[in-house]
Amino acid sequence: MDIVETKPKGRLCSICNQNRAALKRPKTLEQICKDCFYEVFEEEIHRVIVDNQLFKSGERIAIGASGGKDSTVLAYVMSELNHRHNYGLDLFLLSVDEGITGYRDDSLETVKRNEIQYGLALKVVSYKELYGWTMDEIVKLIGLKNNCTFCGVFRRQALDRGAALLKVDKLVTGHNADDIAETVLLNILRGDIARLSRCTSITTGEDGPIPRCKPFKYTYEKEIVIYPFCCIMVFISCLFFSALLVFSLPHKPCYLFDFIFYAYITSENLNLLFTYAYFKRLDYFSTECIYSPNAYRGFAREFIKDLERIRPRAILDIIKSGEDFRISMYTKMPEQSNCERCGYISSQKWCKACVLLEGLNRGLPKLGIGRSRDLNNEQNKIIKQGNETRSIQSKQCGTLDF
Amino acid sequence: MRSYISSAQREQGQTGQRPLRIAMACNSGNCRSGACDRDNLDRVEDRSSLPQPTEANELSNGSSRRGNNSICVKCKVNQTMAAAGSESIGEFIPADDVGRFCGDCFRSNIYGKFRFAVSSNALISPTDNVLVAFSGGPSSRVALQFVHEMQLKAQKNFDASRDRSRPVFGVGVAVIDERASFSVNSHEFDKKIEEMKIIVANLAPPVKQFHVVPTESIYSSDSTHGKDRLEEVLNVISDVTGREDFLEYLRMQCFQKIAIENGYTKILLGTCTSRIACHVLEATVKGQGYSLAADIQYVDARWEIPVVLPLRDCLSQELNVLCSLDSLKTVQLLHGPRAGINGLISSFVKLLQEENPSRESTIVRTAGKLTPFHFNRMPEADDSDSKLASQRRQKKYNLKVDESVPPESFCPICNSPLKKSELRSYNEVEKGKISGEMFRDACCSSCQFQILPKETSSLERFHLLLPHSLVNQAAYSSSVKDQWLREQIQDFLLSDNEEGT
Repeated sequence: MDIVETKPKGRLCSICNQNRAALKRPKTLEQICKDCFYEVFEEEIHRVIVDNQLFKSGERIAIGASGGKDSTVLAYVMSELNHRHNYGLDLFLLSVDEGITGYRDDSLETVKRNEIQYGLALKVVSYKELYGWTMDEIVKLIGLKNNCTFCGVFRRQALDRGAALLKVDKLVTGHNADDIAETVLLNILRGDIARLSRCTSITTGEDGPIPRCKPFKYTYEKEIVIYPFCCIMVFISCLFFSALLVFSLPHKPCYLFDFIFYAYITSENLNLLFTYAYFKRLDYFSTECIYSPNAYRGFAREFIKDLERIRPRAILDIIKSGEDFRISMYTKMPEQSNCERCGYISSQKWCKACVLLEGLNRGLPKLGIGRSRDLNNEQNKIIKQGNETRSIQSKQCGTLDF
Repeated sequence: MRSYISSAQREQGQTGQRPLRIAMACNSGNCRSGACDRDNLDRVEDRSSLPQPTEANELSNGSSRRGNNSICVKCKVNQTMAAAGSESIGEFIPADDVGRFCGDCFRSNIYGKFRFAVSSNALISPTDNVLVAFSGGPSSRVALQFVHEMQLKAQKNFDASRDRSRPVFGVGVAVIDERASFSVNSHEFDKKIEEMKIIVANLAPPVKQFHVVPTESIYSSDSTHGKDRLEEVLNVISDVTGREDFLEYLRMQCFQKIAIENGYTKILLGTCTSRIACHVLEATVKGQGYSLAADIQYVDARWEIPVVLPLRDCLSQELNVLCSLDSLKTVQLLHGPRAGINGLISSFVKLLQEENPSRESTIVRTAGKLTPFHFNRMPEADDSDSKLASQRRQKKYNLKVDESVPPESFCPICNSPLKKSELRSYNEVEKGKISGEMFRDACCSSCQFQILPKETSSLERFHLLLPHSLVNQAAYSSSVKDQWLREQIQDFLLSDNEEGT
């Protein structure tokens, strides 16, 4: 009976109380209209940025852009907020090309479109140019086991190197609340107390060369998925009105040209956003890296989604727990020095990437993986040799100052 | 049990190595005392009845060792039984983890964990009167059994000793009758309570008192009135998980009440590793990360009567096996599967455990690294007599606790310690006179969300319906808070008295 009463009118937005509610906000289950969703979504991120003092005016910021939904929305929101609130930031897009055919090459196309649309400079650093290997080649050599070790170690350094090339002060990544909650859980399940204490901080690596931060720390994945969807709705109506405007001024063809160009780029891009927004959710695994089925993480992710279904607040609560855990900070952090080979920060003689790379180049791909003592000895031997003869071909990008 | 059988079979062909093994025990580098000879002698005696350890088994033990203290536990048990309380057993003697090889040793392995937990954390001292919280399930059944055995042994020692200086701790059993909150067949329930009574009666001597107390007893002696109020309070809580958690908090209040009224000095729960693993995730998911460390230690002395968890290191599978092995009768009371978030987490942990049998222990170990609170240590007894008596066997593990201790304030509902930044100061809080709004402020954010009603009117109602023990707790904790704040600024205040005189 209730339904009959309320349905025809439609419920009003619980924030502005004027428009008809268009969606149920995943984070709070409030029924709100599109405009309000837009506003709270952006306002929340703005608050996170301001409250945590993530940026200072005049800083150069690189946005880690994979072409996925998170980083695409992040790039958009960052440039939007930068304009609106006068952060005074210089924004750049930074992508890493791991060299995975059928996965990364497609998503890089998106990033390239973003570059044009948001007017942000894009820098792509590829494994091939940095290390001389693509992931395709690495997987061909070592198989599907442990390849994530290579990819992870290489990407971390690649992002830092790209950021150094762009001479940025900070790197922002699109990690969202779901990602962080998932990491908290995984660290509990694995018993990794050190990472558990670190994984919820919004800024990491402040002692390293380039700090990283996560403006989406409290932003739900589902809202990131909805956001471009709302964008499209707004955009389509904009398109409609500007079309009217343009056609009412037929004697100014240059405007028309501009418009068509703009509309072409934007609609294509939004089309892609739309695809991401929709397909990523429906077709979750197809967007996973093709080399990493990553069953374990998927398991935890599934669990988070189940929790969210019962209690949306659970994601925020997990993050809160992660922040509140009483972990005594007496654990000694390893002493930081620089890799003797490439200059990257490292607690060892050689950084992990150099060790892994050495293994690849020597045809000993297991070097540096796992804890086997034999392998470590082997590793030390090789490092020693390398120091003696200095004959080892260095990384192609050469030494960089950090 | 599979590994136990195969290892036992492996045993049989290799008994010839026995003397060699014994000789090696001393050479293996860990022997630091002259107790070695005696130790080896003891072991030879032991071996006449136990399967023989071999090098092969040593290897397999080494690899299956999961970093917990089961091996250490084993030698401790041997020593204390044979050498009757000799103090030289601190040394780590490479143990033959026979526990996995036969039913007896499987059993003594688990009993060892229990005993180790009890002795190393001083969970039970001879002057104690211990109340076992009994649900009829395997965990609390094993807890009851072990406490009984420990008591029996203490009784024997007492009878044998000449001076009778060391008293035997008392044991009682309590069951909470939660009929008011679940719909159950009353007749069926009575029958089950009767079965429990028989279980407890069979564990005499020494005689154990058996208490059955309904949840609503926390209201007053007038239980029909209390029952209505309880039902009404529970109906106000809309969240399924919150309701379940609230009932759990009430259960603890009941145990506290029984213990206080009947002169018990400890409450013993059968909480096992698997349950704690679930609790770790539950607390995390409910945003209780700060207070989590308080709930998962052996000792929880934030209550008037300290609560102890001696089965903290036992997996529920182990306890189930033990129940069937020793044909310990269990009774399934009315608890169905857990609901809401808790239910989801139970099934998640179960899946994880199937995928990796050490997952539960890993989870508990992770959470075990969190810094406990000062009340996670057994409070020192003032009574010098009991101190003297228990001195000999206690090897207290130095728990790293937060030493900067301003008085903790607690959530009046779940009794979890509150983070300082979450505290708000109350100015005029008179004891027992706080409004619903103020009550809400005194609660932790988790209880505010999943238990307290959102609207002010129903919050007032809820507050009025709560048992007094909870409401008083709120008043008490806020007065403690005030007092602490006042102490902080005391030096800067000029009191009226000073001025006057």
